[in-house]
Amino acid sequence: MRRVLFSGKFIGVIQREANIDSDRAFKNILYISGIIVLILVLGIFVSLTLNSFPSIKAFGMRFLTGKEWDPVSREFGALPFIIGTFLTSFIALLISIPFSLAISILLGEYYKKGILSSTLNTTIELLSGIPSIIYGFWGLFVLVPIVRAFEIKFGISPYGVGIVTSAIILAIMIIPYSASLGREVISLVPADIKEAAYSLGATRYEVVRDVVMPYARSGIFAGFLLSLGRALGETMAVTMVIGNSNLLPSSIFAPGNTMASVIANEFTEATGNLYFSALIEVGMVLFLLTTVINIIGRIAIKKMAFEGGQ
Amino acid sequence: MLRFIKIFFLTNALLGAVVLYAGNKDIELLGAGATFPYPFYSKLFHVYSNAYNVKVNYQAIGSGGGIRQLINKTVDFGATDAFMSDKELKKAPMQIIHIPTCLGAVIITYNLPNRPKLKFSPEIISDIFLGKIKMWDDKRIKAVNPGVKLPRMKIVVIHRSDGSGTTFIFSDYLAKVSKEWANEVGRGKSLKWPLGLGGKGNPGVAGLVQQIPGAIGYVELIYALSNNMPVGIVKNKSGKYIVPSINTVSLAANIKMPEDTRVSLTNTDAKDGYPISSFTWLIVYREQDYGGRSRDKAKALVDLLGWIIHDGQQYAEPLHYAPLPKEAVKIAEKVLKSIAYDGKPILK
Repeated sequence: MRRVLFSGKFIGVIQREANIDSDRAFKNILYISGIIVLILVLGIFVSLTLNSFPSIKAFGMRFLTGKEWDPVSREFGALPFIIGTFLTSFIALLISIPFSLAISILLGEYYKKGILSSTLNTTIELLSGIPSIIYGFWGLFVLVPIVRAFEIKFGISPYGVGIVTSAIILAIMIIPYSASLGREVISLVPADIKEAAYSLGATRYEVVRDVVMPYARSGIFAGFLLSLGRALGETMAVTMVIGNSNLLPSSIFAPGNTMASVIANEFTEATGNLYFSALIEVGMVLFLLTTVINIIGRIAIKKMAFEGGQ
Repeated sequence: MLRFIKIFFLTNALLGAVVLYAGNKDIELLGAGATFPYPFYSKLFHVYSNAYNVKVNYQAIGSGGGIRQLINKTVDFGATDAFMSDKELKKAPMQIIHIPTCLGAVIITYNLPNRPKLKFSPEIISDIFLGKIKMWDDKRIKAVNPGVKLPRMKIVVIHRSDGSGTTFIFSDYLAKVSKEWANEVGRGKSLKWPLGLGGKGNPGVAGLVQQIPGAIGYVELIYALSNNMPVGIVKNKSGKYIVPSINTVSLAANIKMPEDTRVSLTNTDAKDGYPISSFTWLIVYREQDYGGRSRDKAKALVDLLGWIIHDGQQYAEPLHYAPLPKEAVKIAEKVLKSIAYDGKPILK
């Protein structure tokens, strides 16, 4: 517009230079944003390490293998929380897999469009948008009594809260993550190879099993890892239903504690340097754990993508 | 673009003017700390700032946080449920003094069919929370509760999962009445609990107790009273069984108090006092001339504290807090008079 109005040669040149300038500025902004993210993650890691130094110095490896968490005598071992985190997250993943897989196949292969598909999609998105405190309340008032009734029937201590209860809550919370990624990759499977399979006389089930699944495998796996990452760090809902016992859980029905929830519980009143630093070290272990799982995930995805390609 | 800049400067100028205006009119005091007296404090500060032109901004971030913030000098006063130890006081950059504001108590609550009124001796409480008494129909519980039908039910212990002054008061009491508790668990805001489930905050503990048949837990008196929960009757040091109430908690402070008001009331010597009671304190620096604070601000702080221990006490009881007994007010007055600005006392 402006160039037409001031159609002098001179102004045109200025305009073009301005365009180049803004282009460069845009590129710079992108670079800077990228670098800031890197610096942030590095900064978090450095400050976690620095702040957990007193605890690292005092306990060394004992911090990871110790079963005692005693703020009074200042003996800190995080094993119960590490085990609690692993147990809840992996059980949650196991519970969630059949459901999220079924949902992704249904929405990615059977009903790509239509009322059923859009309703289900919105519901799943809603599920991932619910604040975790609401899951926690629901767990406390609906799920816990159900689990307790079950425990009474089978003669287990009728706490209702515990590792299994939080794993169930976590499973519901992470389904949307793996389901939506799974749906995405399944719907991306090229139609021509599916049609080729059909033309050879394959049934729909056989196409899903032998064509769609191998092709989408790495994406589905990535979805599971994403949801596992979410489960590892989930705090609020877990804190409300896990029973918050800092002892090693004796069974999956026993109360326990996770790394994230012990930090949330004890941080505000953590007086004393060593206590404070021990909690930060728990945070660092969680940070490293999530990083390692992500890296393993990347390697696995690459490997699988390669196999799938063959 | 030009218009945007204009608007930007205009709003900034306006904002600045508002801030300046507010700054001229009021003094603002910042406080942070204990969550337990928060309803009491927020009522007090609301009434006070309406009556006098002093704004008080209080953040209930927990006692530990309150102490940390005062030591970092980011607040004018801190608030704590457990008084600072000698070691903690030594670490502070300047001398910190404690002013008691009201009393609170921790009560035992339980979930049993028909809500029986139960009596507890100190030994029974500590053995339940140590896991040595496992069933409700234990003969020792029966012995102190003749005539009460106790069901054959497993006791499920519920404790706080978050660090809290409530846990400190409770464990301080248990450490005084049971050697075994003192040796194995000790006292603190967070503990290594030998057994049981943890709930976050008073509502978390109360929720678990109400849900699990046979559960026992501890919560603040104010929380139990306002939620109509069953409350255990506890034997005190002089052998009397005391029903926790605002009155019996106030009576717990009927003892000789030390000059600096740092006294633990648990297992109190007072004859009719409820044994799991405690003061809650506001903490300030004795010397108020630090970090460029004005004399006006220091004066406003001391006035506020003076108002809390006198006129403010009338707001305690309606909110289920126990007001300070006269003896405690007198000693708190003395402490208040020791607050100085540039070496000279602020109150005459």
